[in-house]
Amino acid sequence: MRTTTIHAWMTQVAESVKDRRDYLTQLDAAIGDGDHGVNMDRGFEAVGKALAAQNGAVPPGKLLTLAGKTLVSTVGGASGPLWGTAFRRAGRTLGDAEEFDGQDLLAALRAALDGVVELGAAQPGDKTMVDALGPAIDALAASLDAGEPLEVALAAATAAAEDGARATVPLQARKGRASYLGERSIGHQDPGATSAALIMAALQLAVERES
Amino acid sequence: MATVATPMKKLLNDPAEVVKESLAGLAAAHRDLVRYDAEAQILVRAAPADKVGLVSGGGSGHEPMHGGFVGVGMLDAACPGEVFTSPVPEQMLAATKAVDAGKGVVHIVKNYTGDVMNFKLAAEDAEDEGIQVESVLIDDDVAVQDSLYTAGRRGVGATVLAEKIAGAVAERGGDLAAVAGLARRVNEKARSYGVALSSCTPPAAGSPIFDLPDGEMEVGIGIHGEPGRERRPLGSAGEIAELMIEAVVSDLAPAGGAAVLPFVNGMGGTPQLELYLLYGEIERRLRERGLRPERRLVGSYITSLEMAGAALTLLELDDELTELWDAPVHTPALRWGA
Repeated sequence: MRTTTIHAWMTQVAESVKDRRDYLTQLDAAIGDGDHGVNMDRGFEAVGKALAAQNGAVPPGKLLTLAGKTLVSTVGGASGPLWGTAFRRAGRTLGDAEEFDGQDLLAALRAALDGVVELGAAQPGDKTMVDALGPAIDALAASLDAGEPLEVALAAATAAAEDGARATVPLQARKGRASYLGERSIGHQDPGATSAALIMAALQLAVERES
Repeated sequence: MATVATPMKKLLNDPAEVVKESLAGLAAAHRDLVRYDAEAQILVRAAPADKVGLVSGGGSGHEPMHGGFVGVGMLDAACPGEVFTSPVPEQMLAATKAVDAGKGVVHIVKNYTGDVMNFKLAAEDAEDEGIQVESVLIDDDVAVQDSLYTAGRRGVGATVLAEKIAGAVAERGGDLAAVAGLARRVNEKARSYGVALSSCTPPAAGSPIFDLPDGEMEVGIGIHGEPGRERRPLGSAGEIAELMIEAVVSDLAPAGGAAVLPFVNGMGGTPQLELYLLYGEIERRLRERGLRPERRLVGSYITSLEMAGAALTLLELDDELTELWDAPVHTPALRWGA
Protein backbone atom coordinates (compact mmCIF):
# COMPACT_ATOMS: atom_id res chain seq x y z
CA MET A 1 0.00 0.00 0.00
CA ARG A 2 1.23 3.53 -0.69
CA THR A 3 0.21 7.16 -1.13
CA THR A 4 -2.30 6.30 -3.83
CA THR A 5 -3.98 3.94 -1.38
CA ILE A 6 -4.51 6.76 1.09
CA HIS A 7 -5.91 8.98 -1.65
CA ALA A 8 -8.27 6.20 -2.69
CA TRP A 9 -9.27 5.53 0.91
CA MET A 10 -10.08 9.14 1.70
CA THR A 11 -11.93 9.56 -1.60
CA GLN A 12 -14.01 6.50 -0.80
CA VAL A 13 -14.76 7.73 2.74
CA ALA A 14 -15.94 11.06 1.35
CA GLU A 15 -18.24 9.25 -1.08
CA SER A 16 -19.60 6.86 1.54
CA VAL A 17 -20.20 9.60 4.07
CA LYS A 18 -21.95 11.80 1.50
CA ASP A 19 -24.02 8.85 0.38
CA ARG A 20 -25.02 7.90 3.94
CA ARG A 21 -25.25 11.44 5.23
CA ASP A 22 -29.00 11.37 5.83
CA TYR A 23 -28.79 7.96 7.49
CA LEU A 24 -26.06 9.18 9.87
CA THR A 25 -28.15 12.29 10.55
CA GLN A 26 -31.16 10.13 11.34
CA LEU A 27 -29.16 7.97 13.76
CA ASP A 28 -27.84 11.10 15.42
CA ALA A 29 -31.29 12.65 15.65
CA ALA A 30 -32.51 9.66 17.63
CA ILE A 31 -29.91 9.95 20.36
CA GLY A 32 -28.23 13.27 19.71
CA ASP A 33 -28.75 16.51 17.84
CA GLY A 34 -28.79 15.33 14.26
CA ASP A 35 -25.56 16.87 13.00
CA HIS A 36 -23.22 13.88 12.62
CA GLY A 37 -23.93 13.26 8.93
CA VAL A 38 -23.52 16.90 7.95
CA ASN A 39 -20.35 17.32 9.99
CA MET A 40 -18.59 14.23 8.66
CA ASP A 41 -19.63 15.10 5.10
CA ARG A 42 -18.19 18.59 5.45
CA GLY A 43 -14.98 17.24 6.98
CA PHE A 44 -14.27 14.54 4.43
CA GLU A 45 -15.15 16.82 1.55
CA ALA A 46 -12.51 19.19 2.89
CA VAL A 47 -10.07 16.29 3.26
CA GLY A 48 -10.63 15.43 -0.40
CA LYS A 49 -9.78 18.98 -1.44
CA ALA A 50 -6.74 19.17 0.83
CA LEU A 51 -5.36 15.88 -0.46
CA ALA A 52 -6.05 16.72 -4.09
CA ALA A 53 -3.89 19.82 -3.66
CA GLN A 54 -0.91 17.66 -2.71
CA ASN A 55 1.53 16.43 -5.35
CA GLY A 56 2.30 12.74 -5.63
CA ALA A 57 5.56 12.95 -3.71
CA VAL A 58 3.97 13.13 -0.26
CA PRO A 59 4.40 9.89 1.72
CA PRO A 60 1.22 8.11 2.89
CA GLY A 61 1.85 8.95 6.55
CA LYS A 62 1.98 12.67 5.82
CA LEU A 63 -1.25 12.45 3.86
CA LEU A 64 -2.98 10.84 6.81
CA THR A 65 -1.64 13.56 9.10
CA LEU A 66 -2.96 16.19 6.71
CA ALA A 67 -6.33 14.43 6.67
CA GLY A 68 -6.36 14.49 10.47
CA LYS A 69 -5.52 18.18 10.68
CA THR A 70 -8.16 18.99 8.07
CA LEU A 71 -10.79 17.11 10.03
CA VAL A 72 -9.95 19.03 13.22
CA SER A 73 -10.32 22.31 11.30
CA THR A 74 -13.59 21.52 9.64
CA VAL A 75 -15.72 18.95 11.44
CA GLY A 76 -16.17 20.52 14.86
CA GLY A 77 -17.99 18.75 17.66
CA ALA A 78 -16.31 15.78 19.25
CA SER A 79 -15.92 13.92 15.96
CA GLY A 80 -13.44 16.50 14.65
CA PRO A 81 -10.88 16.14 17.44
CA LEU A 82 -11.45 12.39 17.72
CA TRP A 83 -11.03 11.51 14.03
CA GLY A 84 -8.40 14.23 13.72
CA THR A 85 -6.35 12.60 16.44
CA ALA A 86 -6.95 9.15 14.97
CA PHE A 87 -5.59 10.03 11.53
CA ARG A 88 -2.75 12.14 12.90
CA ARG A 89 -1.55 9.29 15.11
CA ALA A 90 -1.89 6.84 12.23
CA GLY A 91 0.06 9.19 9.99
CA ARG A 92 2.77 9.67 12.56
CA THR A 93 3.13 5.90 12.94
CA LEU A 94 3.67 5.42 9.20
CA GLY A 95 6.42 8.05 9.26
CA ASP A 96 8.09 8.87 5.94
CA ALA A 97 7.86 5.38 4.45
CA GLU A 98 6.59 5.37 0.88
CA GLU A 99 5.07 1.92 1.16
CA PHE A 100 3.43 0.09 4.01
CA ASP A 101 2.14 -3.43 4.50
CA GLY A 102 -0.57 -5.06 6.55
CA GLN A 103 1.44 -5.02 9.77
CA ASP A 104 2.30 -1.34 9.30
CA LEU A 105 -1.38 -0.59 8.73
CA LEU A 106 -2.27 -2.51 11.87
CA ALA A 107 0.25 -0.51 13.90
CA ALA A 108 -1.12 2.72 12.45
CA LEU A 109 -4.71 1.76 13.29
CA ARG A 110 -3.73 0.74 16.81
CA ALA A 111 -2.10 4.13 17.29
CA ALA A 112 -5.25 5.75 15.92
CA LEU A 113 -7.42 3.91 18.42
CA ASP A 114 -5.02 4.71 21.27
CA GLY A 115 -5.29 8.39 20.36
CA VAL A 116 -9.07 8.24 20.36
CA VAL A 117 -9.17 6.50 23.73
CA GLU A 118 -6.65 8.92 25.26
CA LEU A 119 -8.66 11.92 24.13
CA GLY A 120 -12.16 10.68 24.72
CA ALA A 121 -11.59 8.13 27.48
CA ALA A 122 -14.19 5.81 25.98
CA GLN A 123 -14.10 2.17 26.94
CA PRO A 124 -15.53 -0.76 25.00
CA GLY A 125 -19.26 -0.88 25.66
CA ASP A 126 -19.68 2.89 26.10
CA LYS A 127 -21.56 3.01 22.78
CA THR A 128 -19.03 4.95 20.70
CA MET A 129 -16.77 4.67 17.66
CA VAL A 130 -14.47 2.56 19.85
CA ASP A 131 -17.07 -0.22 19.70
CA ALA A 132 -16.50 -0.50 15.94
CA LEU A 133 -12.79 0.35 15.73
CA GLY A 134 -11.68 -1.98 18.53
CA PRO A 135 -13.21 -5.13 17.02
CA ALA A 136 -12.01 -4.10 13.54
CA ILE A 137 -8.42 -3.89 14.72
CA ASP A 138 -8.66 -7.19 16.60
CA ALA A 139 -10.03 -8.91 13.51
CA LEU A 140 -7.34 -7.41 11.29
CA ALA A 141 -4.64 -8.56 13.70
CA ALA A 142 -6.03 -12.09 14.02
CA SER A 143 -6.35 -12.51 10.28
CA LEU A 144 -2.85 -11.18 9.53
CA ASP A 145 -1.40 -13.35 12.29
CA ALA A 146 -3.10 -16.37 10.72
CA GLY A 147 -1.19 -15.57 7.54
CA GLU A 148 -4.25 -14.53 5.56
CA PRO A 149 -3.80 -12.13 2.66
CA LEU A 150 -4.40 -8.40 3.18
CA GLU A 151 -7.72 -8.36 1.29
CA VAL A 152 -9.09 -11.14 3.48
CA ALA A 153 -7.84 -9.42 6.63
CA LEU A 154 -9.45 -6.11 5.62
CA ALA A 155 -12.72 -7.86 4.82
CA ALA A 156 -12.64 -9.40 8.30
CA ALA A 157 -11.90 -5.97 9.80
CA THR A 158 -14.82 -4.37 7.95
CA ALA A 159 -17.20 -7.13 8.97
CA ALA A 160 -16.09 -6.77 12.59
CA ALA A 161 -16.56 -2.98 12.44
CA GLU A 162 -20.05 -3.38 11.01
CA ASP A 163 -20.95 -6.01 13.59
CA GLY A 164 -19.53 -3.73 16.26
CA ALA A 165 -21.65 -0.83 15.08
CA ARG A 166 -24.80 -2.97 15.11
CA ALA A 167 -23.84 -4.29 18.54
CA THR A 168 -24.13 -0.73 19.91
CA VAL A 169 -27.92 -0.90 19.54
CA PRO A 170 -28.70 -2.43 22.95
CA LEU A 171 -26.01 -0.45 24.79
CA GLN A 172 -26.66 2.50 27.08
CA ALA A 173 -24.47 5.42 26.06
CA ARG A 174 -21.87 6.52 28.58
CA LYS A 175 -20.13 9.13 26.46
CA GLY A 176 -21.12 12.07 24.34
CA ARG A 177 -24.51 13.59 23.78
CA ALA A 178 -26.28 10.24 23.78
CA SER A 179 -25.28 9.76 27.42
CA TYR A 180 -27.66 12.56 28.43
CA LEU A 181 -30.51 10.31 27.38
CA GLY A 182 -29.56 7.56 29.79
CA GLU A 183 -31.69 4.50 29.21
CA ARG A 184 -33.42 6.17 26.28
CA SER A 185 -30.24 5.70 24.25
CA ILE A 186 -30.84 1.94 24.32
CA GLY A 187 -32.33 0.53 21.13
CA HIS A 188 -30.58 2.93 18.77
CA GLN A 189 -27.40 2.36 16.75
CA ASP A 190 -24.58 4.75 17.59
CA PRO A 191 -23.81 7.21 14.75
CA GLY A 192 -20.10 7.42 15.62
CA ALA A 193 -19.69 3.64 15.51
CA THR A 194 -21.60 3.61 12.23
CA SER A 195 -19.35 6.16 10.56
CA ALA A 196 -16.32 4.28 11.92
CA ALA A 197 -17.58 1.16 10.15
CA LEU A 198 -18.04 3.18 6.94
CA ILE A 199 -14.43 4.33 7.22
CA MET A 200 -13.17 0.76 7.60
CA ALA A 201 -15.28 -0.42 4.68
CA ALA A 202 -13.87 2.41 2.59
CA LEU A 203 -10.34 1.25 3.42
CA GLN A 204 -11.16 -2.29 2.33
CA LEU A 205 -12.64 -1.04 -0.94
CA ALA A 206 -9.67 1.24 -1.64
CA VAL A 207 -7.15 -1.58 -1.16
CA GLU A 208 -9.22 -4.05 -3.20
CA ARG A 209 -9.43 -1.68 -6.13
CA GLU A 210 -5.70 -1.11 -6.15
CA SER A 211 -4.80 -4.78 -6.46
CA MET B 1 -37.67 8.41 16.43
CA ALA B 2 -39.69 9.04 13.29
CA THR B 3 -40.20 12.60 12.14
CA VAL B 4 -43.02 14.02 10.10
CA ALA B 5 -41.76 15.01 6.66
CA THR B 6 -43.15 18.51 6.35
CA PRO B 7 -40.93 20.90 4.40
CA MET B 8 -39.24 23.29 6.78
CA LYS B 9 -40.23 26.93 6.75
CA LYS B 10 -37.47 29.28 7.83
CA LEU B 11 -36.16 32.70 6.96
CA LEU B 12 -33.00 31.77 5.12
CA ASN B 13 -31.43 31.51 1.68
CA ASP B 14 -29.13 28.50 1.29
CA PRO B 15 -29.28 26.33 4.46
CA ALA B 16 -25.52 25.79 4.22
CA GLU B 17 -24.87 29.52 4.63
CA VAL B 18 -27.20 30.19 7.55
CA VAL B 19 -24.54 30.80 10.19
CA LYS B 20 -22.37 33.12 8.10
CA GLU B 21 -25.30 35.18 6.85
CA SER B 22 -26.78 35.47 10.33
CA LEU B 23 -23.48 36.62 11.83
CA ALA B 24 -23.08 39.24 9.12
CA GLY B 25 -26.58 40.47 9.90
CA LEU B 26 -25.91 40.61 13.64
CA ALA B 27 -22.76 42.63 13.09
CA ALA B 28 -24.58 44.99 10.73
CA ALA B 29 -27.34 45.51 13.29
CA HIS B 30 -24.90 46.19 16.13
CA ARG B 31 -21.88 47.67 14.41
CA ASP B 32 -21.20 49.95 17.36
CA LEU B 33 -20.68 46.90 19.58
CA VAL B 34 -19.49 43.97 17.50
CA ARG B 35 -17.50 43.23 14.37
CA TYR B 36 -17.65 40.00 12.36
CA ASP B 37 -14.37 38.60 11.10
CA ALA B 38 -15.66 36.36 8.31
CA GLU B 39 -12.20 34.98 7.55
CA ALA B 40 -11.58 33.79 11.11
CA GLN B 41 -15.29 33.14 11.65
CA ILE B 42 -15.45 35.00 14.96
CA LEU B 43 -17.29 37.97 16.46
CA VAL B 44 -15.12 40.50 18.29
CA ARG B 45 -15.90 43.49 20.44
CA ALA B 46 -15.76 46.62 18.27
CA ALA B 47 -13.72 48.72 20.67
CA PRO B 48 -10.88 46.62 22.11
CA ALA B 49 -10.07 47.22 25.76
CA ASP B 50 -6.94 46.83 27.84
CA LYS B 51 -8.10 44.12 30.20
CA VAL B 52 -8.30 40.39 30.73
CA GLY B 53 -9.99 38.96 27.66
CA LEU B 54 -13.19 36.93 27.95
CA VAL B 55 -13.97 34.47 25.20
CA SER B 56 -16.68 31.90 24.77
CA GLY B 57 -18.15 29.97 21.91
CA GLY B 58 -20.10 26.98 20.90
CA GLY B 59 -22.46 25.75 18.25
CA SER B 60 -24.80 28.22 16.61
CA GLY B 61 -28.51 27.83 17.12
CA HIS B 62 -28.50 29.18 20.68
CA GLU B 63 -28.76 32.87 19.83
CA PRO B 64 -28.30 35.33 21.33
CA MET B 65 -25.68 33.17 23.01
CA HIS B 66 -22.78 33.82 22.51
CA GLY B 67 -22.45 36.51 19.79
CA GLY B 68 -25.25 38.58 21.32
CA PHE B 69 -23.21 38.87 24.51
CA VAL B 70 -20.15 40.48 22.92
CA GLY B 71 -19.65 44.12 23.86
CA VAL B 72 -19.00 46.13 26.99
CA GLY B 73 -19.04 44.34 30.32
CA MET B 74 -19.53 40.82 29.02
CA LEU B 75 -17.73 38.82 26.27
CA ASP B 76 -14.88 40.25 24.21
CA ALA B 77 -15.21 37.61 21.51
CA ALA B 78 -17.41 34.70 20.52
CA CYS B 79 -16.65 31.69 18.32
CA PRO B 80 -19.70 30.34 16.52
CA GLY B 81 -19.66 26.83 15.13
CA GLU B 82 -22.15 25.34 12.68
CA VAL B 83 -25.62 24.81 14.14
CA PHE B 84 -25.33 22.64 17.25
CA THR B 85 -21.71 21.80 16.44
CA SER B 86 -18.84 23.09 18.48
CA PRO B 87 -16.47 25.46 16.69
CA VAL B 88 -12.95 24.43 15.76
CA PRO B 89 -9.68 25.30 17.53
CA GLU B 90 -8.62 27.80 14.84
CA GLN B 91 -11.62 29.97 15.63
CA MET B 92 -10.94 29.88 19.34
CA LEU B 93 -7.28 30.69 18.84
CA ALA B 94 -8.11 33.60 16.55
CA ALA B 95 -10.58 34.94 19.12
CA THR B 96 -8.07 34.52 21.93
CA LYS B 97 -5.40 36.40 20.01
CA ALA B 98 -7.84 39.13 19.02
CA VAL B 99 -8.71 39.91 22.63
CA ASP B 100 -5.34 39.34 24.23
CA ALA B 101 -4.05 42.55 25.80
CA GLY B 102 -1.22 40.83 27.62
CA LYS B 103 -3.28 40.21 30.75
CA GLY B 104 -4.46 36.73 29.92
CA VAL B 105 -7.69 35.36 28.50
CA VAL B 106 -10.49 33.38 30.14
CA HIS B 107 -12.31 30.74 28.11
CA ILE B 108 -15.83 29.98 29.25
CA VAL B 109 -16.46 26.42 28.13
CA LYS B 110 -19.83 24.73 28.30
CA ASN B 111 -19.51 21.11 29.33
CA TYR B 112 -20.12 19.28 26.04
CA THR B 113 -17.60 16.78 24.75
CA GLY B 114 -16.99 18.71 21.54
CA ASP B 115 -16.68 22.12 23.18
CA VAL B 116 -14.32 20.79 25.83
CA MET B 117 -12.08 19.01 23.32
CA ASN B 118 -11.85 21.87 20.85
CA PHE B 119 -11.29 24.53 23.52
CA LYS B 120 -8.60 22.35 25.07
CA LEU B 121 -6.75 22.12 21.76
CA ALA B 122 -7.09 25.87 21.30
CA ALA B 123 -5.87 26.68 24.82
CA GLU B 124 -2.75 24.62 24.16
CA ASP B 125 -2.17 26.47 20.90
CA ALA B 126 -2.63 29.80 22.69
CA GLU B 127 -0.23 28.84 25.45
CA ASP B 128 2.28 27.88 22.76
CA GLU B 129 2.00 31.45 21.52
CA GLY B 130 2.64 32.86 24.97
CA ILE B 131 -0.94 33.76 25.90
CA GLN B 132 -2.04 32.73 29.38
CA VAL B 133 -5.41 31.05 29.25
CA GLU B 134 -7.69 30.05 32.13
CA SER B 135 -10.51 27.69 31.18
CA VAL B 136 -13.72 27.70 33.18
CA LEU B 137 -16.09 24.76 32.74
CA ILE B 138 -19.82 25.36 33.09
CA ASP B 139 -21.86 22.30 34.06
CA ASP B 140 -25.01 23.52 35.78
CA ASP B 141 -27.68 21.20 34.34
CA VAL B 142 -29.09 18.92 37.04
CA ALA B 143 -31.02 16.69 34.66
CA VAL B 144 -27.96 14.61 33.89
CA GLN B 145 -26.32 12.47 36.53
CA ASP B 146 -22.77 13.66 36.98
CA SER B 147 -21.26 10.23 37.08
CA LEU B 148 -18.62 8.10 35.50
CA TYR B 149 -21.31 6.85 33.18
CA THR B 150 -22.25 9.99 31.31
CA ALA B 151 -20.49 12.85 29.56
CA GLY B 152 -21.17 14.89 32.70
CA ARG B 153 -23.61 17.70 33.35
CA ARG B 154 -24.39 20.00 30.46
CA GLY B 155 -23.50 23.69 30.52
CA VAL B 156 -26.70 25.64 30.07
CA GLY B 157 -28.22 28.79 31.65
CA ALA B 158 -25.42 29.44 34.12
CA THR B 159 -23.26 30.23 31.09
CA VAL B 160 -25.16 33.48 30.55
CA LEU B 161 -24.86 34.45 34.20
CA ALA B 162 -21.16 33.56 34.31
CA GLU B 163 -20.44 35.60 31.18
CA LYS B 164 -22.19 38.64 32.65
CA ILE B 165 -20.59 38.41 36.08
CA ALA B 166 -17.08 37.52 34.91
CA GLY B 167 -17.46 40.20 32.25
CA ALA B 168 -18.08 42.80 34.94
CA VAL B 169 -14.94 41.74 36.82
CA ALA B 170 -12.85 41.99 33.67
CA GLU B 171 -14.34 45.33 32.64
CA ARG B 172 -13.33 46.94 35.91
CA GLY B 173 -9.77 45.65 35.64
CA GLY B 174 -9.89 42.37 37.55
CA ASP B 175 -6.93 40.07 36.99
CA LEU B 176 -7.01 36.68 35.30
CA ALA B 177 -7.49 34.73 38.53
CA ALA B 178 -10.31 37.01 39.68
CA VAL B 179 -12.19 36.83 36.37
CA ALA B 180 -11.90 33.05 36.22
CA GLY B 181 -12.68 32.74 39.92
CA LEU B 182 -15.98 34.61 39.68
CA ALA B 183 -17.02 32.61 36.64
CA ARG B 184 -16.33 29.41 38.60
CA ARG B 185 -18.28 30.72 41.58
CA VAL B 186 -21.31 31.30 39.39
CA ASN B 187 -21.04 27.75 38.14
CA GLU B 188 -20.80 26.39 41.67
CA LYS B 189 -23.79 28.40 42.87
CA ALA B 190 -26.16 27.90 39.96
CA ARG B 191 -28.29 24.94 38.87
CA SER B 192 -30.61 24.53 35.91
CA TYR B 193 -33.44 22.35 34.69
CA GLY B 194 -35.50 22.62 31.51
CA VAL B 195 -38.66 21.34 29.88
CA ALA B 196 -39.55 21.19 26.18
CA LEU B 197 -42.93 21.36 24.51
CA SER B 198 -41.54 20.75 21.03
CA SER B 199 -38.33 19.79 19.28
CA CYS B 200 -36.59 22.03 16.75
CA THR B 201 -35.46 21.85 13.13
CA PRO B 202 -31.81 22.53 12.32
CA PRO B 203 -31.58 24.06 8.83
CA ALA B 204 -29.23 21.34 7.61
CA ALA B 205 -31.50 18.58 8.88
CA GLY B 206 -34.67 19.96 7.33
CA SER B 207 -37.03 18.34 9.79
CA PRO B 208 -37.53 18.23 13.58
CA ILE B 209 -34.98 16.25 15.54
CA PHE B 210 -37.71 14.35 17.32
CA ASP B 211 -41.47 14.15 17.41
CA LEU B 212 -43.24 15.42 20.51
CA PRO B 213 -46.93 14.55 20.32
CA ASP B 214 -49.70 16.76 21.65
CA GLY B 215 -50.28 16.46 25.33
CA GLU B 216 -46.70 15.48 26.11
CA MET B 217 -43.57 17.25 27.26
CA GLU B 218 -39.89 16.34 27.53
CA VAL B 219 -38.32 17.00 30.92
CA GLY B 220 -34.66 17.39 31.73
CA ILE B 221 -33.72 18.83 28.33
CA GLY B 222 -30.55 20.28 26.91
CA ILE B 223 -30.10 23.01 24.34
CA HIS B 224 -29.41 20.98 21.22
CA GLY B 225 -32.88 19.76 20.45
CA GLU B 226 -32.08 16.34 21.78
CA PRO B 227 -34.71 14.40 23.71
CA GLY B 228 -34.73 14.95 27.47
CA ARG B 229 -34.40 12.51 30.33
CA GLU B 230 -38.06 11.54 30.21
CA ARG B 231 -41.29 12.15 28.40
CA ARG B 232 -44.34 12.94 30.51
CA PRO B 233 -47.87 14.19 30.06
CA LEU B 234 -47.93 17.94 29.60
CA GLY B 235 -48.19 19.72 32.95
CA SER B 236 -49.63 23.13 33.76
CA ALA B 237 -47.28 26.07 34.27
CA GLY B 238 -47.67 25.63 38.02
CA GLU B 239 -46.73 21.97 37.82
CA ILE B 240 -43.75 22.73 35.57
CA ALA B 241 -42.60 25.49 37.93
CA GLU B 242 -42.76 23.06 40.84
CA LEU B 243 -40.84 20.43 38.89
CA MET B 244 -38.10 22.89 37.93
CA ILE B 245 -37.73 24.34 41.41
CA GLU B 246 -37.64 20.94 43.08
CA ALA B 247 -34.95 19.77 40.68
CA VAL B 248 -32.65 22.77 41.14
CA VAL B 249 -33.23 23.47 44.82
CA SER B 250 -32.75 19.87 45.89
CA ASP B 251 -29.40 19.84 44.12
CA LEU B 252 -28.19 23.36 44.94
CA ALA B 253 -29.40 23.28 48.57
CA PRO B 254 -29.26 27.06 49.06
CA ALA B 255 -29.00 28.41 52.57
CA GLY B 256 -32.33 29.04 54.29
CA GLY B 257 -33.56 32.51 53.36
CA ALA B 258 -30.84 32.93 50.73
CA ALA B 259 -30.97 35.70 48.15
CA VAL B 260 -31.38 34.18 44.70
CA LEU B 261 -31.51 35.15 41.04
CA PRO B 262 -34.08 33.11 39.12
CA PHE B 263 -33.36 33.12 35.39
CA VAL B 264 -36.32 31.88 33.37
CA ASN B 265 -35.03 31.17 29.91
CA GLY B 266 -37.13 30.61 26.81
CA MET B 267 -35.90 27.88 24.49
CA GLY B 268 -36.66 30.05 21.45
CA GLY B 269 -40.15 29.01 20.46
CA THR B 270 -42.07 30.08 23.57
CA PRO B 271 -43.67 33.53 23.66
CA GLN B 272 -42.95 36.14 26.34
CA LEU B 273 -46.56 35.82 27.41
CA GLU B 274 -45.82 32.32 28.65
CA LEU B 275 -42.33 33.03 29.98
CA TYR B 276 -43.62 35.76 32.27
CA LEU B 277 -46.49 33.56 33.38
CA LEU B 278 -43.99 30.85 34.28
CA TYR B 279 -41.77 33.39 36.02
CA GLY B 280 -44.65 34.45 38.24
CA GLU B 281 -45.31 30.84 39.21
CA ILE B 282 -41.64 30.33 39.96
CA GLU B 283 -41.13 33.48 42.02
CA ARG B 284 -44.18 32.73 44.14
CA ARG B 285 -42.98 29.23 44.88
CA LEU B 286 -39.44 30.37 45.66
CA ARG B 287 -40.82 32.81 48.24
CA GLU B 288 -42.97 30.04 49.69
CA ARG B 289 -39.76 28.10 50.27
CA GLY B 290 -38.26 31.06 52.12
CA LEU B 291 -35.89 32.09 49.34
CA ARG B 292 -35.55 35.77 48.34
CA PRO B 293 -35.51 36.57 44.63
CA GLU B 294 -33.43 39.77 44.62
CA ARG B 295 -32.52 39.86 40.94
CA ARG B 296 -34.03 38.14 37.93
CA LEU B 297 -33.71 37.52 34.20
CA VAL B 298 -36.62 36.49 31.98
CA GLY B 299 -36.32 35.96 28.24
CA SER B 300 -34.87 33.79 25.51
CA TYR B 301 -31.14 34.05 26.04
CA ILE B 302 -29.80 30.53 25.46
CA THR B 303 -32.05 28.92 22.94
CA SER B 304 -32.38 25.79 20.90
CA LEU B 305 -33.52 27.30 17.60
CA GLU B 306 -37.31 27.31 17.71
CA MET B 307 -37.81 24.70 20.43
CA ALA B 308 -40.86 25.53 22.55
CA GLY B 309 -40.05 25.25 26.22
CA ALA B 310 -38.29 26.92 29.09
CA ALA B 311 -35.58 26.34 31.64
CA LEU B 312 -34.94 27.66 35.12
CA THR B 313 -31.45 28.58 36.25
CA LEU B 314 -31.29 29.47 39.92
CA LEU B 315 -28.23 31.34 41.17
CA GLU B 316 -27.61 31.69 44.89
CA LEU B 317 -26.46 35.27 45.32
CA ASP B 318 -23.99 36.92 47.64
CA ASP B 319 -23.22 40.63 47.87
CA GLU B 320 -20.37 40.43 45.40
CA LEU B 321 -22.33 38.47 42.79
CA THR B 322 -25.25 40.87 43.14
CA GLU B 323 -23.04 43.91 42.70
CA LEU B 324 -21.36 42.40 39.65
CA TRP B 325 -24.74 41.49 38.14
CA ASP B 326 -25.78 45.15 38.52
CA ALA B 327 -22.59 46.45 36.87
CA PRO B 328 -23.08 48.12 33.48
CA VAL B 329 -23.35 45.95 30.39
CA HIS B 330 -23.91 46.91 26.75
CA THR B 331 -24.22 44.06 24.28
CA PRO B 332 -26.77 43.24 21.58
CA ALA B 333 -28.78 41.08 23.98
CA LEU B 334 -28.29 42.61 27.42
CA ARG B 335 -28.03 46.25 28.32
CA TRP B 336 -28.24 48.16 31.55
CA GLY B 337 -26.28 50.95 33.17
CA ALA B 338 -24.41 51.78 29.93
